[in-house]
Amino acid sequence: MTRFFQVAWLVMRKDLRVESRSWEMVSTTLFFAASTVLVFAFAFVRAGRAVDGAAPGILWIALAFSGTLALGRAFERERHQDALRGLLMAPVERSAIYCGKLMGIVLLMGAAELLVVLAVALTFQAPLLRHPFYLTALLATGTVGFAAVGTLFAAMLLRTQSRGVLLPIILYPVTFPVLIAGVGGTVALVQADPNLELVRFWVALLCFFDAVFLVLSLWTFEPVMTE
Amino acid sequence: MNQRMFVVVGAAAVLMFAFAPLMIAWAPYESTMGLVQKVFYFHVPAWFVMFLAIFVSGIASAVHLAKDRPAADRLALSAAELATLFGAIGLITGPLWARKSWGVWWQWDARLTMAIILELIFVAYLLLRKYGGAGSDKLAAGLALFGMANVPFLYISVNVWRTIHPRTSVVPTLGPGMFGAFWWCVVAFLLLFVVVVAARTRLEEQRARVDDLHLALEDY
Repeated sequence: MTRFFQVAWLVMRKDLRVESRSWEMVSTTLFFAASTVLVFAFAFVRAGRAVDGAAPGILWIALAFSGTLALGRAFERERHQDALRGLLMAPVERSAIYCGKLMGIVLLMGAAELLVVLAVALTFQAPLLRHPFYLTALLATGTVGFAAVGTLFAAMLLRTQSRGVLLPIILYPVTFPVLIAGVGGTVALVQADPNLELVRFWVALLCFFDAVFLVLSLWTFEPVMTE
Repeated sequence: MNQRMFVVVGAAAVLMFAFAPLMIAWAPYESTMGLVQKVFYFHVPAWFVMFLAIFVSGIASAVHLAKDRPAADRLALSAAELATLFGAIGLITGPLWARKSWGVWWQWDARLTMAIILELIFVAYLLLRKYGGAGSDKLAAGLALFGMANVPFLYISVNVWRTIHPRTSVVPTLGPGMFGAFWWCVVAFLLLFVVVVAARTRLEEQRARVDDLHLALEDY
C-alpha cells in the first residue's frame, strides 16, 4: 500500500518538476480559464449589468472547459519520445501511475478554480465567497470526480487520432452528474436565502460519485492501457 | 443462439408486432389524453429495452475488460447500437406525445434529462468505436461500463428536480384493457431486441472471421 502511494507521489513529482521548468501548462490553462469567463461575461452582460443567476453555471462551465484542456495537454507530454511506454514498462502497479497523474491534474484544476471563482465573483457580482467552506467542498469533490473520469479517458485516448475532439465527446456525458450536482449546489449556495441542507446533499452525492468512479477508474486503467 | 432458436424467436417477434396494432386499437382510451396516449404502448417498451441494452452492453464491456473476450466485445457493440436505436425511438415518440399532452416538445424534467444523457453516452460509444482507431474496443468498453455505472447517479441527481413526467406508478395501475396491450408490446420489444442483438453479434463474428482469414492468407 505504501509502495502504491510512493509510486503515485513519484509520478506526480515528476509532472510537477517538468512543469516547474517552463510553467507552460499552468499559465496557459489559467489564461484560458480567465478568457472563458470573460467570453461569458460579454455574452451575458445586458446594459452594463450581468444577468442574475448565471454565475453558478458559468463557474462550472469554465471549470469543465479548462479541465478538458488541461487533461488533453497533461497526457500530450507523455506522447513525446514514447514516454508513456517507459512509464508503463516500469515494474510498478499501473493504477499507481493513474493515481499520480490524477493528483497532478487535480492540483492544476485547483489552481484554475481559484482564478475562476474570483473572476466569476467579480464579473457577475455573485456572493460566491459567502460560505467558503461549502464552496470548497463542492469544488473539491466536483474536481476529483471530473478529474477521475477525465484522467482515465485522456489516458485511454492517448494514441487515438481524433483524441482532441473525442475527449470532450466521451467525457461530458459521463460527468453530467458532477456538473448537475456542482451547479445545483452552487445555486443553493449563492441564492438570496442559502439552502445549506441542499448543498450538503449535493456534496454527499459528489462524494459518492467520486468513490464509485475512482474505484472504477483504478480498476479499468490496467486493462485499457495494455496494447 | 442457434439457427432454430433464432427463427422461432424471430417469428414470434414478427407475429407479436403484426398483432400489436390490433391490441392497441382494442385497448380503451385514456380519460384525459384520448388517442394520443396510445403512443405509450411503443414509447415505454422502447425505454425498457434501451435500459436492458445499456446493462447488457455495460456488463459485456466489463467482461471484455476483465477477461479480454472478443465475443463479449461484439455483444457490447451490438447492445450499444440497439441502446442508441431504441433510445432514439423513445426520444422521437416522447416529444410527439409531449407536444399534444403537455403543449411543449421538450421539458427539462428528470426522466427526459436522464434519457438524453444516456443516449449521448452511447452515441459517444459508437463514435469512439468508429473513429477511435486501433484498440478502440477496450476504450469503448471502458466508456460503456462508466455509462452503465452512471445510471443510478443520473437517476438521483436529475430526480432532485421536480418532474412533470408521469411517475412509474402508472404501469401497475393500468386498467385491464390497457394492461394486456402494454405487456404484449413489452414482450414484442424484448423479443425484437433478442433477435436483433443475436443477428448483429453474429454479423460482427463473421466480420472477425473474414479479417482473420485475410490475415492468414497474407501470411501464406
